Amino acid sequence: MIPRAFAYERPASVADAVGLLRRHGDGARVIAGGHSLLPMMKLRLAAPETLIDIGGISSLRGISDMGSHIVIGALTRHVDVAESDLVRSACPVLAQAAASIGDLQVRNRGTIGGSLAQADPHGDLPTVLLALDGEVSAEGPDGMRTIAATDLFLGLLTTSLRPDEILTGVRVPKAPKGAYVKFNRRSQDWAIVGVAAVVDGSSARIALTGVGPAPVRADAAERAFSGGNAAEAAELAAEGLDPPADSAGSADYRRHLARVLTRRALEEASSG
Amino acid sequence: MATTAEHAKGIGVAALRKEDRKFLTGRGRFVDDLKLPGMLHMAIVRSQFPHADITRIDTAAAAAMPGVTAVLTGDDLEFAAGVPCASNPTGDMVHPVRPPLAKGRVRHVGEPIAVVIAGDRYAARDAADAVEVSYAELPAALDVEAALADGAPKVHEELDSNVALVLTHRTDGVDDAFSKAEVVVEHTIRNQRLIHVPIETRGVVADWNTANDDLVVYSSTQVPHFLRTFLAIVCGVSEAKVRAIAPDVGGGFGSKLNAYAEEFIAAAASRKVGAPVKWIEERSEAMLATCHGRAQVAHMQLAATKDGKVLGMRAHYVQDYGSYLQMLTPLISQLTFLMSPGAYAIPEVDVKVTNVYTNTVPTDALRGAGRPEATHAIERMMDILARELGMSRTEVRRRNFPVEFPFTTAIGLMYDSGDYAKTLDRLLELSDDKETFERRRTEAAARGKLLGRGLSTWVEVCGFVPSDVARNALGLTPGGWESSTVRMHPTGKITVITGTSPHGQGHATSWSQIVETELGVPFDDIEVIHGDTAFAPYGLGTYGSRSVAVGGTAVHLAASKVRDKARLVAAQMLEASPDDLDFEGGAFAVKGSPDKRTTIQEVAFRAWQAFGMPEGVTPGLDETVFFDPPNCVFPFGAHGCEVEVDRETGKVEITGYIAVDDCGNVINPMIVAGQVHGGVVHGIGQALYEIAEYDSGGQLVTGTLVDYLIPSAADVPHIETHRTVTPSPTNPLGVKGIGEAGTIAASPAVVSAVCDALGVRDLDMPLQPETVWNAIQKGGAA
Repeated sequence: MIPRAFAYERPASVADAVGLLRRHGDGARVIAGGHSLLPMMKLRLAAPETLIDIGGISSLRGISDMGSHIVIGALTRHVDVAESDLVRSACPVLAQAAASIGDLQVRNRGTIGGSLAQADPHGDLPTVLLALDGEVSAEGPDGMRTIAATDLFLGLLTTSLRPDEILTGVRVPKAPKGAYVKFNRRSQDWAIVGVAAVVDGSSARIALTGVGPAPVRADAAERAFSGGNAAEAAELAAEGLDPPADSAGSADYRRHLARVLTRRALEEASSG
Repeated sequence: MATTAEHAKGIGVAALRKEDRKFLTGRGRFVDDLKLPGMLHMAIVRSQFPHADITRIDTAAAAAMPGVTAVLTGDDLEFAAGVPCASNPTGDMVHPVRPPLAKGRVRHVGEPIAVVIAGDRYAARDAADAVEVSYAELPAALDVEAALADGAPKVHEELDSNVALVLTHRTDGVDDAFSKAEVVVEHTIRNQRLIHVPIETRGVVADWNTANDDLVVYSSTQVPHFLRTFLAIVCGVSEAKVRAIAPDVGGGFGSKLNAYAEEFIAAAASRKVGAPVKWIEERSEAMLATCHGRAQVAHMQLAATKDGKVLGMRAHYVQDYGSYLQMLTPLISQLTFLMSPGAYAIPEVDVKVTNVYTNTVPTDALRGAGRPEATHAIERMMDILARELGMSRTEVRRRNFPVEFPFTTAIGLMYDSGDYAKTLDRLLELSDDKETFERRRTEAAARGKLLGRGLSTWVEVCGFVPSDVARNALGLTPGGWESSTVRMHPTGKITVITGTSPHGQGHATSWSQIVETELGVPFDDIEVIHGDTAFAPYGLGTYGSRSVAVGGTAVHLAASKVRDKARLVAAQMLEASPDDLDFEGGAFAVKGSPDKRTTIQEVAFRAWQAFGMPEGVTPGLDETVFFDPPNCVFPFGAHGCEVEVDRETGKVEITGYIAVDDCGNVINPMIVAGQVHGGVVHGIGQALYEIAEYDSGGQLVTGTLVDYLIPSAADVPHIETHRTVTPSPTNPLGVKGIGEAGTIAASPAVVSAVCDALGVRDLDMPLQPETVWNAIQKGGAA
């Protein structure tokens, strides 16, 4: 549980961080909260030669009310998203998901940008971003760009961020009727399956985690939802899924959980 | 109600623990806190394969890395003997020799092959990764079934098969009982392999002074004296030149009731490099390479009358030993064997244990050590019998309780004292009556939850062990006695030396309470020390819930001897006859003349000055006792568990837990309650979450705390603890042990509850949601 030796840089600005990424290429990894990367380094599954610690870039922290949307800096910690009055009232599904991540120590360190960039197949925040149809901002040597959630998560631990880009912020629409339902065996575990549902009148957006290499939208269930028919729509939640099988659950059980949790998430979102 | 340490008043008080301030403020001194001058660090290269011959070890690259002092293999270190096993149940069991560092062949993933000694732990770890080992893989027997199959690869070639040992015991009337029975129930119960996960992993600092061949070893151990003796034997050095020290130890649960290859390797490496060597086990190493526990299957049959009287039992336990015998490996399933009838007076038994080697990490004691396996199996069978007969689960148990104590079981164990109906009755008083419960069950169903409740009535054997029993009945090498010194200083304070080796149990507090009661000396004036073979008389350590019954008794007896001697000196001081003195409130007074008195502190000072002593009385107040218990002790109780199962997901939530336990007289009720809480959570861990698993390549797949699930504080239900008190006749304190009881009782109580919720016969642990959901799907849910 001891990482390999590494060099450590702590840039003061995004531009400096991007410059370091360009210079070190494959040998460098960005670290923010560290609670995904450090365990991998301790098990020697990851061995970056250089760690670029962006934790000191204070401009990347903060939650802002933009009228119809909320903008959250990439370095905002999960605990702050979970406890923000603005997020809790205007986008409760996001606060609920942030509050469900790991344990208090993890939430005090982990960041929204890190969680989205990590794209863990059981991750909570990627799922919510997808259900909200949110987007992220990224900065690289050629400047800034935005990436829609539907274009961000490509596969297992893989996003469309370029190797020399830093995820700088998150933008989500306000969505008062939303819920995140996460199923695990013990409190503080990763989701075996998790469902984020956002309801808007008679339509819904539903995203699932734990059912494949990346979070997915439950298209068939979304099309079947017409407001008030959560159970009926949820029956289609597993359509098109090819869930993994491992010690946490078989593929069939995961399909079953997808249906059950989708119904529960739609019901909770509708009543909110 | 807990009092402050300063106001404790002896036995029975819920005194706050003396140990806690240091631990809760981070001021403990654990083995990793030790820094000796010139100390080097050790990292271990471990086998990647479950069964292989080592064809080549290339250490050149590692040895050349910065900071590396040496890279050592089995050829570089000399040992006079192999890793010790102190258990031989039949007396003629073959003990395969295990060299501390593998020589030639490895038999489980994780077996130590080579070590790197370097200036810091980072360099040691990096260099360990650079050691190149070439293996010729051999077919491996990865589980008991594979190991028993025809043509199975032999884990130890010198043996005829992978069967290490078979124990049997058969009473004459058992076949008759089965043929006469009106009903016979049969079932196979699995008790899965577990990992201990103490909060502190193993660690050792070995300091071999090559100038005079003195060896000092600090180890996170439960048995410092055994360690000293075994270091002498294995490393080939005079035991008088070895000092073993258990510093503060962060938990063990049996994982540190052992003498490990790594301890001997560190000592030999220190001798080789001429510097102190430190090894601190990484968590993933601990999961992989520390002994595991349980790993047993029970094939059970009960023969009974229609009204639930059990006439006979057939039990065949199959135990996975893993690849080597560690210190007490054979004892564990032997204890299952001995406790097979559980809390029931079953007149005829046919019991067998088959113990099997596999190419996995060795198994040994894990909280309960053989008794959880026995209790879980017999408790499941009693539920199954009740279901078969359409009888209540409490009634079928009650009908089979022994009534007269001491009670000797059909296996030959004599249970010292008990009143099993009393604890069961108390549990029932505290629980909902049937009508209320069924109403709540209906209400829960409307919420999509399956409500269920279950129980276990348990008894266990602890307080190990009379030395005659250790030798004759169990085949253990050491006896089972315990030592204590009680020493009163000239200024009236007391030092207690105990041979127990606490690692979280609060002995300093409890032994102080015992001495306070016996001698009337304030709790705060008493210090308890332990764990260092340089000052402590030989002690057999802490495990098997033995410490209060054997160690606490030794403390009490030593304190009594001090008081008896003090009485003689006081009589001299007061010019009275010893029989004419009362002893009260820490002072001797002449009967009828209470102003003629002297405190025990004044007596201690006088005994130290030693002038004008009574005839035949020696100076000082300093007594040492070695106590050999006349019997083991048998705590017992009844636990009830209530669960709500989510019908749609199979997730189990424990909504109520009541523990009614009888551990005889109680020294510190808060410590006892704490032990029950911890034990129950440990049993819940086995019932709902934990299982150590290997894949088809012999790799441990549950190798981190992400995959091996232990309950966290957020998963623990509210646990209500209650007690009855049936003193033990076995020792003057009337105490029994309690450290493992919760674990023994809890897993069957939880499984009983979930089976009740689902209306099924039995379920294999751990009851993970998918397992439960599958059972609901199969039908059988109410």
